Amino acid sequence: MRRKAVSSILSQVPRVQTASSRPLAPILAITPASRRYSSHPPNAKLNQQVQFNTSTYLSHTTSTSLANPELPSSIRTSGNTSKLNLYQAINSALSTALSTDERAILFGEDVAFGGVFRCSSNLLDRFGPDRVFNTPLNELGIIGFGIGYASHSHANTAIAEIQFGDYVFPAFDQIVNEAAKYRYRGASEFNCGGLTIRMPVMGVGHGALYHSQSPEAFFAHVPGLKVVVPRGPVQAKGLLLQSIRERNPVIFMEPKILYRAAVEEVPVDDFTLPLEKAEVLAKGSDITVISYGTPLYTVELAAKAAKEMLGVSVEVIDLRTVYPWDKETVFESVKKTGRCIIVHEAPRGGGLGGEIAACIQESCFLNLEAPVGRVTGWDVHMGLIFEQFNVPDVVRVFDTIKKTMDY
Amino acid sequence: MSFAGPLRRSLIPRTSRTIASRYPCPKRRCFATATSATSEAPREPEGTKEVPMTVGDGGAGTIRPVRQRHGSDRLVFPGAVNSKFTNRLVFRQQDPSKAIDTYRVMDTEGQIIDETHGIDFDNMKEQTLKMYSSMVTVSIMDQIMYDSQRQGRISFYIVNAGEEGIAVGSAAALGEHDTIYAQYREAGVLMYRGYTLDEFMAQCFSNCKDHGKGRNMPIHYSSKKLNFHPISSTLATQLPHASGAGYALKMERTPACAVTYFGEGAASEGDFHAALNIAATRGCPTLFVCRNNGYAISTPTLEQYKGDGIASRGVGYGIDTIRVDGNDTWAVYKVTKEARELAISQQKPVLIEAMSYRVSHHSTSDDSFAYRARVEVEDWKRRDNPITRLRKFMELRNWWDQEKDTQLRQQLRKDVLKAFNNAEREKKPAISKLWEDTYDKPTKDQQSQMQEMKDILERYGEEYDLEGYEGGKNGVVPKR
Repeated sequence: MRRKAVSSILSQVPRVQTASSRPLAPILAITPASRRYSSHPPNAKLNQQVQFNTSTYLSHTTSTSLANPELPSSIRTSGNTSKLNLYQAINSALSTALSTDERAILFGEDVAFGGVFRCSSNLLDRFGPDRVFNTPLNELGIIGFGIGYASHSHANTAIAEIQFGDYVFPAFDQIVNEAAKYRYRGASEFNCGGLTIRMPVMGVGHGALYHSQSPEAFFAHVPGLKVVVPRGPVQAKGLLLQSIRERNPVIFMEPKILYRAAVEEVPVDDFTLPLEKAEVLAKGSDITVISYGTPLYTVELAAKAAKEMLGVSVEVIDLRTVYPWDKETVFESVKKTGRCIIVHEAPRGGGLGGEIAACIQESCFLNLEAPVGRVTGWDVHMGLIFEQFNVPDVVRVFDTIKKTMDY
Repeated sequence: MSFAGPLRRSLIPRTSRTIASRYPCPKRRCFATATSATSEAPREPEGTKEVPMTVGDGGAGTIRPVRQRHGSDRLVFPGAVNSKFTNRLVFRQQDPSKAIDTYRVMDTEGQIIDETHGIDFDNMKEQTLKMYSSMVTVSIMDQIMYDSQRQGRISFYIVNAGEEGIAVGSAAALGEHDTIYAQYREAGVLMYRGYTLDEFMAQCFSNCKDHGKGRNMPIHYSSKKLNFHPISSTLATQLPHASGAGYALKMERTPACAVTYFGEGAASEGDFHAALNIAATRGCPTLFVCRNNGYAISTPTLEQYKGDGIASRGVGYGIDTIRVDGNDTWAVYKVTKEARELAISQQKPVLIEAMSYRVSHHSTSDDSFAYRARVEVEDWKRRDNPITRLRKFMELRNWWDQEKDTQLRQQLRKDVLKAFNNAEREKKPAISKLWEDTYDKPTKDQQSQMQEMKDILERYGEEYDLEGYEGGKNGVVPKR
């Protein structure tokens, strides 16, 4: 699915600090369709390319976009949307956050010139170097600094960027021992709730070991944090704005392959979408498929194939907030369908799939007709040339649906 | 949008800054609001830009083209803009005979060494007595609490012996809006700022009056009122927090600084590097106060670093740095006062290395005679002590005598014991406090877990020690 040439993005950005304002032509070049390391097999029936421009999980027209019942009525009646890809939607959210909250600052490696994924384009010019700035190349410093800024006043908002989710680990101590525990140990007299940590995550076709990881499960084990993964531009804008305005530290993971690939009509004005709420993307009666981020589009193709080839009606749920996640929506669906699989790119062992499966087993035991299935990355690292075998693709999702239905 | 374009800042340090006198500052002009003064800056033509020079200006440096003169004795490398060429191959070395000096105001007998210190002692009698009293209170509280841990009445304690002067001397030089991020051996800072004995005791006994609601180990104090952030056990994590808090003060135009304390062992953590570097590049008014007491638990400094202490590193980050005699409370006071002035007026960090000796064991879980000779410690105690030094200083001025001292110590001992006994009798916080404050509101999962615990206590109450907790088994309230 991630072999769509045009949808491929940069990702192999050298981790050097640049202060130039040249357009990133050589770095951000769209790769030619003939690239060999992630090409589309011509005879594939299941592993088709994702057609983002026709995906039903994205709003392609103003009217479908504004029909979203979660949007405030003022937005729904405004009629104002514009066609944005994921990075532009993030940019719109950041711009809205900075203009509506004068105590909000945005910082990280290379954010000043617009960011290596262009998410912070033009923000320096609009909000000035005091509020949008580069930091030294030090992740623990970025997060520690953000905690300090946010802990200074309840009204302070710190939006920190980690250049890739793969590089968040030097800041693990600051996130787990400090950000997550600040309110608890300070008994609410002190907190760093104004902190939001953004990071690009998941596979990108050629990211290998250190530009492909999905570290959400590491953080979904830490009380005090919220972890959010949007699936597209509208979600990204609404969920990011809510994450920034929440007075809890939020880790906001942006599926980097969607930065340019996923395009939607996004409401122009200021709106938020709720955290800790899942969304049912497709109604179905035979099996529930739970996922978040990039693999949702794989699930969409697999569900289509399951309908056509097996006559199976699949209910698809986007968790959106993966911690704390929306158990009510999930359990309600599984109790109805009696079958369930979970799909994520991160490795299986200790992944979120295990936690979700355990909770479903506890709460839906009498409704389950089959074991809860998990389609995930293998328990390996993302070897460059092997990515197509490591990400959960349409074949594996389809096959797990089939096995679960046949159980 | 009502937010105008970038704020242009020159490299010249701002001397007449508009600052409100109170926090939070109602007229923060640092946050871009629509004013006619901040219009779009003219755009530079492409190709003439160079790397912005950010010399302590927090990254808002001016951008100007650089021209290379023919035959110049140096190239302007972006990474080292003022480095001359040389044809002598010499590796830079530290000269062991030239360690950074240690600043002193008075000697071990309490005598002022040099009258150019610039401290107005004549008008500081009250403050001096307060400083002395704070130091003595800490040392008396330490003795009582140390013994109480030995009796099993509290679970843990860390004393401040030999380092009371660093905490109190620096605290006396700070303003009330200066935010403190401490390590754990700075009880004197709280004592001087007005943390009550009841508050100290409530924290150590984890009773219902503890600001931290009984969640933290003893000596992990916190105080919103005194601008003292909650202590965490993780070493050096508070350093980058102080950089970020300094930046927040800068953005608010609050004429105050952030202050962080740490030991020389903690300075080996990556957080030290991160914090000093980002504070320097962003121009944060942050004071980094290192207590170099010779040991990190059992590890002597010769196993901690090979350079000239911690101070020698500050210069490498482009940070104004000074080393001070930590047993000389006046030297610590003076250095902190100057550093604060510098940090606030020039909006940049300062590093202070205060030299001392850890007279005590590391904590109640440590027997330091396992790794150092008792004689070494006894020797130190005899040689120098911040409390004795300040007492001698006061005696030389006839501000103090043996009788006053005996009286003060007796009174303080009574006060500490009274607070101790009151705190020991208080209830522990309600069991609900185990869950609360993890988030701003308990999650659904936490609600159901509280319900689970409530159910367990209902059915197995006798298996738990519920007596001392507010509300007993009814103290679990799964509230929405």
